[in-house]
Amino acid sequence: MNSILTSKWSKVFVFLLALTPAAMLAWQLFTGHLGPDPVATLQHGTGDWTLRFLIFTLFITPLRKMLKLPQLIRFRRMLGLFAFFYVCLHFLTYLGPDQSFDFAGMLKDVGKRPFITVGFAGFVLLIPLAITSTAGMIRRMGGKRWRILHRLVYVTAILGVIHYYWLVKSDHRKPLTYGAFVAALLLWRAGAWIVDRRKRKVAGSVPVAEPPTAETA
Amino acid sequence: MIIKRASDLKYSDVTPKSVYLNRRKFLATAAVGGGALLAGRAVWDLLSPSTRAAAATQLSVALKSPFSTTEPETSYDDVTHYNNFYEFGTDKADPAKNAQNFLTSPWSVKVDGEVERPRKFSMDEIFKLAPLEERIYRHRCVEGWSIVVPWIGYSLSVIANLVQPKPTAKFVAFESYYSPNQMPLGQKAGIQLPYAEGLRLDEAMNPLTLVCVGMYGGTLPNQDGAPVRMVIPWKYGFKSIKSIVRIKFVKDQPPSTWNIQNSHEYGFYSNVNPNVDHPRWSQAKERRLGEFFKRPTLMFNGYGDQVASMYAGMDLRKYF
Repeated sequence: MNSILTSKWSKVFVFLLALTPAAMLAWQLFTGHLGPDPVATLQHGTGDWTLRFLIFTLFITPLRKMLKLPQLIRFRRMLGLFAFFYVCLHFLTYLGPDQSFDFAGMLKDVGKRPFITVGFAGFVLLIPLAITSTAGMIRRMGGKRWRILHRLVYVTAILGVIHYYWLVKSDHRKPLTYGAFVAALLLWRAGAWIVDRRKRKVAGSVPVAEPPTAETA
Repeated sequence: MIIKRASDLKYSDVTPKSVYLNRRKFLATAAVGGGALLAGRAVWDLLSPSTRAAAATQLSVALKSPFSTTEPETSYDDVTHYNNFYEFGTDKADPAKNAQNFLTSPWSVKVDGEVERPRKFSMDEIFKLAPLEERIYRHRCVEGWSIVVPWIGYSLSVIANLVQPKPTAKFVAFESYYSPNQMPLGQKAGIQLPYAEGLRLDEAMNPLTLVCVGMYGGTLPNQDGAPVRMVIPWKYGFKSIKSIVRIKFVKDQPPSTWNIQNSHEYGFYSNVNPNVDHPRWSQAKERRLGEFFKRPTLMFNGYGDQVASMYAGMDLRKYF
């Protein structure tokens, strides 16, 4: 298992796998198989995959701790960047076909429609995370500040679910499913944080400073 | 605090050098890829033959209505594979799949309430109550997309004149067929079923209001509301209730499904109106299926000449 996870081919494999939904959508677009409303299919498809990749990203830390597979961290940045990749495509399907690339009109719409406001906010919050995703940026920022900044992904995941929930007319099963995943993953973190704090208290009044690494976020 | 340790992630891990294609290789790959795309399209077409409903029977259309638009019709394939018919699932592609075995025969429509001659019409009778007209209408969904459909039917006033509404009749209530056995997904739709709709009496008597028994020259496919539905072209699509089993003339404004679901978002009138937005999205524009950019939505969906007078003096922001 370890050697599979640390093999450089595992990353290539995950990369290609993560690219598959986009490739499928592109394929269907060029072959005319996106259905009667291709724009809506693209909007829903890229939106779905954004939420899925946010959830995959949030799964990494619980999985590596529960399964004791620290090597899983190798995939987290890639999955996070794929969430950003899909949200960019999602945003383009809105800015282009819906708003005809009219930036002023788009901003007006963003201000007026709560579900778009929320979705747009979630998208904007991911931009600094994508920019600071390089090793150089982590070094420059320092692990502690970098980790705090990257907690914004929790906010984006919540906003993403609200965005979807508010869009749906009556059948809320899908947004609620995403919501359940996000809630469980965030609750796990809250639980882990409480357990961690207790342990530190038991260990002594002086907290032991662990050497911070990018891995502990 | 500065991290001294370098991250274990390197870009070369993500994309190994062997994959950084040189230009010649890239071009070759692109050519092969293009060929594969064409071949794939052929294979895809083989694997997913058009699921066009085989059951549609040709109807003899006696006249072409002057109410018809000259705009290009939306393809039959799109109109039969992009449906909001929540009894058969909430995804647009669901009804085409799940309504295949919907039993629409025998079928009858009960017409009663505040009328002199209540009666039940069999489907055979409904097909013959009046000469069938083809009416090519614009159809605008509240969600912001639209289609142009050649419907077949006749004005609802034909049926009204047969049952003779009493002076006490002020509204008309419509009810769809609902059976959890035939429509198991209805329970998950999140709306109250059977589906119900309503019109004011003058709206019901407007010649544009169509009792629809077919489209594109044939009978209605199940997913489009077989065997008989309403089409009210100046209102959002959800007012055009499908698979009707009852038409009741009533004294008071009847309940309607989406209004029950959320009265703040879906009014009883629900006239197409680009100036009154849905609380969650704009109604100023719509996407015609088959087009990329949105087009402006027309007041009363472009049927103002025929219907605007019915709403003279009404605050359409209040009565949305």
